[in-house]
Amino acid sequence: MKHLLTTADLSRAEAIRILDTAGQMAATQSREIKKLPTLRGRTVVNLFFEDSTRTRISFETAAKRLSADVINFSAKGSSVSKGESLKDTALTLQAMGADAVVIRHQASGAPHTLANAGWVDSAVINAGDGMHQHPTQALLDAYTIRRHLTGERRDARDPASAPLLGAGTGQDLSGLHVAVVGDVLHSRVARSNVQLLTTLGARVTLVAPPTLVPVGVEAWPCDVSYDLDGVLGDGKPDAVMMLRVQRERMSSSGGGFFPSPLEYTRNYGLDARRLRLLEDHTIVMHPGPMNRGLEISAEAADSPRAVIVEQVANGVAVRMAVLYLLLAGDVTHEASDKHGASDKNGVSPKEAGQS
Amino acid sequence: MTSGPAVPHDAPASSPLESSPVVPPAPTEVLGAPEIARALTRIAHEILERNKGGADVVLLGIPTRGVPLAERLALRLAEVEPGLDASSLVGTLDVTMHRDDLHRQPPRAIGTTTLPAGGIDGKVVVLVDDVLYSGRTIRAALDAISDIGRPRAVQLAALVDRGHRELPIRPDYVGKNLPTSVSERVHVRVAEIDGDDAVLISQAPAAAGTQAEEAGL
Repeated sequence: MKHLLTTADLSRAEAIRILDTAGQMAATQSREIKKLPTLRGRTVVNLFFEDSTRTRISFETAAKRLSADVINFSAKGSSVSKGESLKDTALTLQAMGADAVVIRHQASGAPHTLANAGWVDSAVINAGDGMHQHPTQALLDAYTIRRHLTGERRDARDPASAPLLGAGTGQDLSGLHVAVVGDVLHSRVARSNVQLLTTLGARVTLVAPPTLVPVGVEAWPCDVSYDLDGVLGDGKPDAVMMLRVQRERMSSSGGGFFPSPLEYTRNYGLDARRLRLLEDHTIVMHPGPMNRGLEISAEAADSPRAVIVEQVANGVAVRMAVLYLLLAGDVTHEASDKHGASDKNGVSPKEAGQS
Repeated sequence: MTSGPAVPHDAPASSPLESSPVVPPAPTEVLGAPEIARALTRIAHEILERNKGGADVVLLGIPTRGVPLAERLALRLAEVEPGLDASSLVGTLDVTMHRDDLHRQPPRAIGTTTLPAGGIDGKVVVLVDDVLYSGRTIRAALDAISDIGRPRAVQLAALVDRGHRELPIRPDYVGKNLPTSVSERVHVRVAEIDGDDAVLISQAPAAAGTQAEEAGL
């Protein structure tokens, strides 16, 4: 694995390996000294062409906890606003010697172009591209689901029954049912999750108004429903993932995707009544930022079932794991040359790569 | 654990390849199960003698095969000193993220670090590993310890010391000193993981590297 561009590239074994590594990373984050020397001397560039708070901070925290140097680049206030192309920005980063580029871009496929065009040799991590993919979000969702829902069933309404650190290590998500509810059309989180959760053996049901279901969804490995009450009542989901209504990608007040915000909330919002339809162990997730009162009520967002704050903490551990797996090891034989190991220790690059 | 060939600084990189026989001979057993048991019992007594009892001792096994060895040492300490509880003496210390050779190998799986309930602050930590070779694993372990606490002292127990140190590190307790050549490999097998107890020594195959997951340390 050289890049992380889409969850479709991940095999079941690779996904479990990332989640297990994330579990070990999470264990180190409960210590007094949270910083590890693992990526000392490596440079991680956060290349953000689109606004983001939590993903950028999460990647920055993850890189710093592993002792990497972090350079933050946002399109606002950079040469991009003067008209620089992605290629020229990438060549600049290459000249500065970035070991990994974390890219968020409004255009689907920008990370793929960056990884495959030959402009940079660094590892490319997709932090969200257009309406395409957001793999680290799906990985942190899978990690959160695995921690809470594999093994013994707990009453999610009881705040005292939190799972142990490291729960679920080595396991996949087989047998679990996840309902993904809301603005599927604009959601890269939904696309990444459908692929990853299915790879890990879970069953996914998308719930959305017909206008917010993408064309071609029948080719996705999941069920689609327009009836939230039916899915919550009869489908007995183990996790309910609410998606943000992405109003910035719609024109004013719903933009013709739904008649009014109130009607959306009535039909697809998670409120106190729908919370009562859930099984005892079912958890409520949201990738954030939340539109309280639109897709999720304050009661649902603040209930003990909600693992939304934990998702943020798990995000740091998952991103540490991804950075570790992409940057710490020698994925190619050429890389040992680049770091001068052959000269210093009298070991030929071939042997250094194998030993 | 496999301790594979490290290429010495002064030798041309190709020499191990030329000197290796085409078909490597079968591994030789240097220690069997009874010898390993005797060595561990002796080390347990030495630990108690050196530290005037086991009250402050914490045994930290380094994954993979240091962990069962540390657990066995803890049982022996508890047998000799009736006041000790074996399970509260022993922990594991993963050193992967502190290694200095990460970028020369494919990404390694990270092991678990678990500390005994009392922590390690003010205790005497005895690191337990199967093979002591270059000393680099122990250097990483010392760094890892300083991130999780401040023990009063750190000591080192190794089942086999095969020499060829690359750092100023020496063991406090050794099961067996095993003079080896760098082209040889030392395998420690423990019953908990491999099904039987043995220390084997073998020539490295000509195409080194297939089983070199722990090589060079």
